[in-house]
Amino acid sequence: MTDQTPALRLEGIVKTFPGVRALDGVSFSVMPGEVHALMGENGAGKSTLMKVLGGIHQPDSGQIVVGESPVVMRSPLEAKAKGIVFIHQELSLAEELSVAENIYLGELPRKRFGLVDWPRLEAQTNEILGKLKVGFNAKTKVGDLSIANQQMVEIARALTVDAKAVIFDEPTASLTDAEKVVLFDVIADLRAHGVGIIYISHRMEEIFKITDRISVLRDGQYRGTLDTAATDEEEITSLMIGRKLDLTRSARTHELGGVAIEVRGLSCGGLFRDIDFEVRRGEVLGFYGLVGAGRTEIAETLFGLRDPSAGQILLDGEEVRIHSPAEAIARGISLVPEDRKGQGLVLGMNCRDNMTLPQVSDLKAGPFVAEGAEVAIFDQYRDRLDIRTPGWKQMVGNLSGGNQQKIVIGKWLSMHPNVLIVDEPTRGIDVGSKSEIHNLIRDLAAQGYAVIVISSEMPEVLHVSDRIVAMYSGQIMRTFTAEEVTEDNLIQAISGLSGEGAAA
Amino acid sequence: MSGVNKAQIGGFLARQGILVAFVVFMVGFTLANQRFLDPDNIMGVMRSSAILGVMALGVTFVVISGNLDLSVGSMMSFSTIVVLDLHDKLGPALAIPAMFAMTLCLGAFIGFLVGYLKLNSLIVTLGMLSAIHGLTLTYSGGQNMDIADKEGTWFSVFGQGEALGIPVPILIFVGLAALLGVTLGKTPFGRKVYAVGGNGTAATFSGIRRARVVFICYLMSSFCVATAGLIQASRSLGSQNTVGQGLELEVLAAIILGGASLLGGSGTIFKTVIGVLILGFIQNGLLLVGLQFYVQYVVTWVIIILAVWLDIAAKRGKLWSPIA
Amino acid sequence: MQAGSLSTFLKRGAIWGFIVLELIFFSVAGEFMSLSDKAFMDVDNMLLLFKQSAPIGIIAMGMTIVMINGNIDLSVGAIYAICAIILLDSMTWPIFAGLGDWAIPVAWLLALGAGVGLGALNGLIVWKTGVDAFIVTLGAMLGYRGLVFMYNGEQPTSHLNWTLVDFAEAQVLGLHTATWFLLAVTAAIWFLMNKTVHGRNAYAIGDNREAAVNAGIRVGPHMMINFMIIGFLAALSAVVFYSESGSVNPNDGELYELWVITAVVLGGTKLTGGSGSIISTLGGVLAIQLLRKGLAHIGADTETVNLVIGLILIAVLFLDRQLNIKGKEELKV
Repeated sequence: MTDQTPALRLEGIVKTFPGVRALDGVSFSVMPGEVHALMGENGAGKSTLMKVLGGIHQPDSGQIVVGESPVVMRSPLEAKAKGIVFIHQELSLAEELSVAENIYLGELPRKRFGLVDWPRLEAQTNEILGKLKVGFNAKTKVGDLSIANQQMVEIARALTVDAKAVIFDEPTASLTDAEKVVLFDVIADLRAHGVGIIYISHRMEEIFKITDRISVLRDGQYRGTLDTAATDEEEITSLMIGRKLDLTRSARTHELGGVAIEVRGLSCGGLFRDIDFEVRRGEVLGFYGLVGAGRTEIAETLFGLRDPSAGQILLDGEEVRIHSPAEAIARGISLVPEDRKGQGLVLGMNCRDNMTLPQVSDLKAGPFVAEGAEVAIFDQYRDRLDIRTPGWKQMVGNLSGGNQQKIVIGKWLSMHPNVLIVDEPTRGIDVGSKSEIHNLIRDLAAQGYAVIVISSEMPEVLHVSDRIVAMYSGQIMRTFTAEEVTEDNLIQAISGLSGEGAAA
Repeated sequence: MSGVNKAQIGGFLARQGILVAFVVFMVGFTLANQRFLDPDNIMGVMRSSAILGVMALGVTFVVISGNLDLSVGSMMSFSTIVVLDLHDKLGPALAIPAMFAMTLCLGAFIGFLVGYLKLNSLIVTLGMLSAIHGLTLTYSGGQNMDIADKEGTWFSVFGQGEALGIPVPILIFVGLAALLGVTLGKTPFGRKVYAVGGNGTAATFSGIRRARVVFICYLMSSFCVATAGLIQASRSLGSQNTVGQGLELEVLAAIILGGASLLGGSGTIFKTVIGVLILGFIQNGLLLVGLQFYVQYVVTWVIIILAVWLDIAAKRGKLWSPIA
Repeated sequence: MQAGSLSTFLKRGAIWGFIVLELIFFSVAGEFMSLSDKAFMDVDNMLLLFKQSAPIGIIAMGMTIVMINGNIDLSVGAIYAICAIILLDSMTWPIFAGLGDWAIPVAWLLALGAGVGLGALNGLIVWKTGVDAFIVTLGAMLGYRGLVFMYNGEQPTSHLNWTLVDFAEAQVLGLHTATWFLLAVTAAIWFLMNKTVHGRNAYAIGDNREAAVNAGIRVGPHMMINFMIIGFLAALSAVVFYSESGSVNPNDGELYELWVITAVVLGGTKLTGGSGSIISTLGGVLAIQLLRKGLAHIGADTETVNLVIGLILIAVLFLDRQLNIKGKEELKV
């Protein structure tokens, strides 16, 4: 394999966004016929790297070499023309159109007068679908397909060009076991044709099953490549997490208070089921699991954004029913949501107005908003959280991610909640702000808040939590105390690998 | 010229474009006709803009909350016809509150559909445009509506009266603009309107009852429409069924000219008033220099597109769209 | 069969089911309430229905493709009026005096060309400035209407050419000229949207614009072509209607945009783009015209028709939402 020319080679790729160095000199290569895993925690730079490879972002420096020639790709179309095909995690299909039209989107075969050559389109499509052994045909409407089959359509798209490299981004996230088998067959077929494959996944089981080598990213930096056959989970995990991991956080010095919130047998349709946990005042409960494991949905249910299909929520021992965020807020629950820009902030509003939004009706001077009181609240939390902004009049959209997140946290702290839920508190935030926010969460617990932290980042959840709930596929697999938890048993619990310790 | 300078000039034009255009027009018209800046003339412009203006105030709330209201034109016809009809049946003192109640019911219905049932506001108000038009025609039997005794009623005060030398329609317009301007700019409700239009999901996540905010915006819109209908009826004391036809789009034009985004979350009452006055002054100025009223349409067309275009261009930093 | 197919089928067929209901209702109700002895489903009556549907129907075909493409056109009523004026007035121009009846095709070409040009202007502005089509065509609605008035002030423009009137009033195989135009346009637009690369790309752009751009589809030209087509069809609608009537008021065509959009939405085309069927739009147009005639047939005030159409539009929207609701698991935002 070593004397071959790589199918795809990355050399010192750098990409910065305002305030964040997303990729910092990433170099590795993928051989023809190789399945190359790309691993790293959320925020490590995988998705930015994929967007660079897919032609959506252009690197600030470094180069991409396909075969023997360096390439510049200014659009997804150019990337495809150069032989790099990207199977998106978020599907990019036109749902009202047929399978065949989606596969040949932008390249429909033509007859004279701009007519579509339907017979040729159908024949070509069926030939490709035949290879994939799928249960639908060229004429099926994409919107009528299951998510798994829609993904097959995306894969079929990759087969229409002479692909040198195919990138799969978490392809099995929504597939059943039977569908996974088909996907792995397709990947085997591609590699047999000499295509280089980049396979992004968090699932160790799959990584060991189908990949040849593993490259690891951490904080935007390349951390090394391992031979799959010669490594183990432990080595991969330590590369992903690094030595910086500070598991020995200072022991809790404050006493825990009473139970602030207790959840019994909470279920919501197919999203999650039989959830039991409690959080005491002064305690941080971490929720860890893969994206889609149902963690965010639990938070949304507690906040009145979803109606549970079964189970109870008890606040200070009293059963409550919460039908809307307004009711949740009135009962002292606050949620710092996962999607900062979509759910947390009104980007076109200034900092002060965003921060006081949940309590604007209570800050009144006569019929008007008491702007002085608002400014006072803003100043208080700007100082407390060290929010860097020229002033409260600044539009929130102009702040960095870290400062935006602090505005959202300040917004909810200023409500003096009994229970504070924080969903992915440091997503898309630079390293410095991350540790500030981690310390803040610890401080809040020390001040007697009951805090729930949901995170996909293991160091984060290990660092801030007193106890950790491991979730897999809508269920709690195990609840760890800080003393019990290790990286290994946590990873095993959330990847559904081990039955050991699963919730009875 | 370097790219930076171009961008800076573009940014300035975009921010101040409306004002610049306004000043150019005013200067041009004043040079062309001395009477243009005459106080009587300015008063005349404001009086003829009052009906459109009052309606635009209410629709501003709807637009900032991220919705549209295409039904205000036919709703205004409805109010006018109803109040004229009830004037003779109940007397003006009862007719006016009865008309307001009926118009507010229509607004509440729309607010319920768009706010609580979350139906698309464009289609709902398009449907209501048609439905209210039909309602008006059914109510009037397709006939024009006239007050029997046009001389002996105090009802004409809203459209024709004066106080302190200022026509009542102007007083109503200015008073309502001040009241609603303060409501939008200074009260918790106004803040919520901006939040709902700026990012409805984030507003919900902040505990704002989005449906209720939208509902109240439509109520306010219908209140303004009823007021406009009152002025219209009082001014003419008789009316056709189609008196408000097409006003819904002129109202939107004024709001867009003022610089509000149809996507919601931006705009102010003050800007809307500026937009209304620009439309009024253009029409008046063109008439004074001897051009017909319809030249105003063409000028408005050009100004609307230039205004929105420059606004977008400044935001994206490029004059031309990047669409392939 | 996938779970989604049944509701899709129901939605596709809904407009025709509605038409059947209308026919049954008005036929039965007509027996008891009708002022005339004639049955509602009288052949002549139905033929007239098609003819009367033509002016709105022809434009609605254009609106369907513009909306599938993810845009909207509010200026069609004004384009309709401009083209009508050009059609009638150009036949009286001295330079065409020597042409005799050959002035007719020339006038047609001028009117249709004007429609294409005005549509192209809209499309070009949407494409090059990036301003939303709603605002661009809202402005154009005013601007083009201004041009109508500038042409002949507030006076009507009239010219009756008897050859033209004979042509417009002709019946071939029992169908009126206007009906033939409506059917031909429906067939042509159906062909365009289902058989050509342009049509399929227009669907893709409206459905998932980002995916279309990423696949290298040039969004701008496709949008512009669709605006040219709707301009052409607004002109064609004017040609068909005014060949017979011979006189145009400067206010003609006002509110057409709203009636047309109503018909298209009744036919199931989504405002957000990507979805819509030409045949269903024809159903929407016929359903509205049927309602108009039916209410008249049973002796209801013709005024109530607007009321009924408006409420039906809202009811359709409501039903559509109920069919698509996901149940309790849904996030409440």
